[in-house]
Amino acid sequence: MSENESPSRATLLEIYRIATLIKRADDRFIELIKAGQIASPYYSPRGQELIPAAISVNLRPTDVVVTTYRGIHDQLAKGIPLEPFVAEFMGKATGTCKGKGGPMHITHVASGLPVTTGVVGSGLPIANGLAWAAQLKKSGQVTVCNFGDGATNIGAFHEALNLASLWKLPVVFVCQNNGYAEHTKFELGTSSRTIADRAVAYGMNGVEVDGNDALAMWSAARLAIDRARNGEGPTLLDARTFRFRGHLLGDDSHYIGKDEMAQAVAADPLPRLRAWLIAQGHASDAALTDIERTNEEAFERAVRFGLDSPFPDASELARDVVAMEHAA
Amino acid sequence: MNTAARKINMVQAINMALDHAMGQDPTVLVLGEDIADAQGGGVFKCTAGLSAKYGTERVKSTPIAEQAIMGAAVGAALGGMRPVAEIMLMNFMTVGMDQLVNHAAKLRFMTGGQTHVPLTVRTATGAGFGTGGQHADYLESWFAHTAGIKVVAPSTPADAYGLMLSCIFDDDPCVFIENLPLYFAPGDPPVPGTRVPLGQAKVVREGTDVTVISYSRTMLEVLAVADDLSRRGVSVEVVDLRSIAPLDMDTVRASVAKTRRAVVAHEAQVDFGVGAEISARLHRDLFGQLLAPVGRVGAARSPVPFSKALESAYLPTPERISAAILQTLS
Repeated sequence: MSENESPSRATLLEIYRIATLIKRADDRFIELIKAGQIASPYYSPRGQELIPAAISVNLRPTDVVVTTYRGIHDQLAKGIPLEPFVAEFMGKATGTCKGKGGPMHITHVASGLPVTTGVVGSGLPIANGLAWAAQLKKSGQVTVCNFGDGATNIGAFHEALNLASLWKLPVVFVCQNNGYAEHTKFELGTSSRTIADRAVAYGMNGVEVDGNDALAMWSAARLAIDRARNGEGPTLLDARTFRFRGHLLGDDSHYIGKDEMAQAVAADPLPRLRAWLIAQGHASDAALTDIERTNEEAFERAVRFGLDSPFPDASELARDVVAMEHAA
Repeated sequence: MNTAARKINMVQAINMALDHAMGQDPTVLVLGEDIADAQGGGVFKCTAGLSAKYGTERVKSTPIAEQAIMGAAVGAALGGMRPVAEIMLMNFMTVGMDQLVNHAAKLRFMTGGQTHVPLTVRTATGAGFGTGGQHADYLESWFAHTAGIKVVAPSTPADAYGLMLSCIFDDDPCVFIENLPLYFAPGDPPVPGTRVPLGQAKVVREGTDVTVISYSRTMLEVLAVADDLSRRGVSVEVVDLRSIAPLDMDTVRASVAKTRRAVVAHEAQVDFGVGAEISARLHRDLFGQLLAPVGRVGAARSPVPFSKALESAYLPTPERISAAILQTLS
């Protein structure tokens, strides 16, 4: 890719469509939880939407994405079908995982979402294995592995980066650096100046990028994905972002300073992207409103599907534990 | 004909099984610390010659990084491969536990059957070599206690060969427990390509007075004790579990229904061990038929000690196994 390459109008509108679909899903999940229609802890990605939106438009359907319990943005960006996605949130038999995974473990292999972990940092070693399999099969598949800044302080992160670099694996590590590990501010839990700096220790490309800037994120993701696909090895993206709705739904973000929060809200990437698209002449206000309305309608159909779906039968406890049940 | 020359040991059996599987199926991979030939073919030589034959892409030496090893194996399995990960010693499994217990074991269920993890983890353990408290634990009950993991612990070269093939070609994660003394104990060679089914115990010695259920290295002691007791007029039936999970209670129950007395012997701690599970099931199923409470022999509730003097007090020695058997007859 040349330095000057930039996303097409269609790509920009796709990024906007994905980002606003994520926001719609986030808003509705919170409403449904508060209404008692979903019973689950919920980890909102509000504010981080542009990172996966800008990554996903650079991916092929056959590429895979590993993510975490804060993962609906990554899942929606990868194209998970809405109806079984919402049904899984509700623990229904029609969910992507038959209601056995739940919001922290949303998986949809057909969409390239094989692993969503609830354990901080655990996705990275597995992403290596997926990438190793692709490398052996020469399939050209790229693995994108998402995690937060908190995950970079756990041992698995370091073991995984070392191995990925050593084996030149086709993987892109995306640190969605929202500045807080649960309730702990970045500099109180992380000894390095940046996450990107940590890549140096593993002979890996480490790239700082504004994850709330669609163009910058698109370019950084494109370079990293191309490098992985071309056999040039892994990249660690340190994508700066912000988390508006706390670690866990119900957390009031009391550990975030008022000024810091106010500044972040003022710089909310979604209204900013919307205004920029109109100002640059990429789309009219009406066209963007149309995208938003289409998202809302599609999501409401999925909510209706989920609410109308049955819960799994108790017999499901004995299924999918192992391939073939043995007499115990 | 010199039949002794036809014996092989478990190192050779494991090597033959890996070789056979890799030759049969290009998705079979091997990874672990020092396993390629340039690094010595594994500390116990179980993987010797494999990288020369199949290449270092499929037989990959790794850093000393059990989370990375186990995670790469889980991911490769999700990616359509059949990895065999070597975790040099069972105590080091603790370092990779999250990948095995939270991920490999549960992904099939948590994805509603969309994915599965055809992973084999080979690991060696066992006291008796002066390695002290962090290199010799038997932790099989931890894994057997986790839904989704299969656990095998063969005691003969032929069973090691057959169970290794079954584990590799099984579609779920399997923990394959090896043991240092058994590595070099001679046994009959396997019939090439023959698998031993998972979850199938074997009556390896018939008897009428009492059944001893055991597995892995303790089988050596149990068989020696059974020989000794037969000279003293006690007829001991011996069941080699071979698989711990799934547990073949049919074979165990049939044997104990016949002898009406049972002892479970293993090198792991007695407390909360495999013997507790088997004992509970036997008491549940054969309550009115048992002539004595089910006996249990295993290690003491202490870390594996260093001193030889302590080791003999720690381990399920032939004397303690014998005493437990005689106790059921008293």
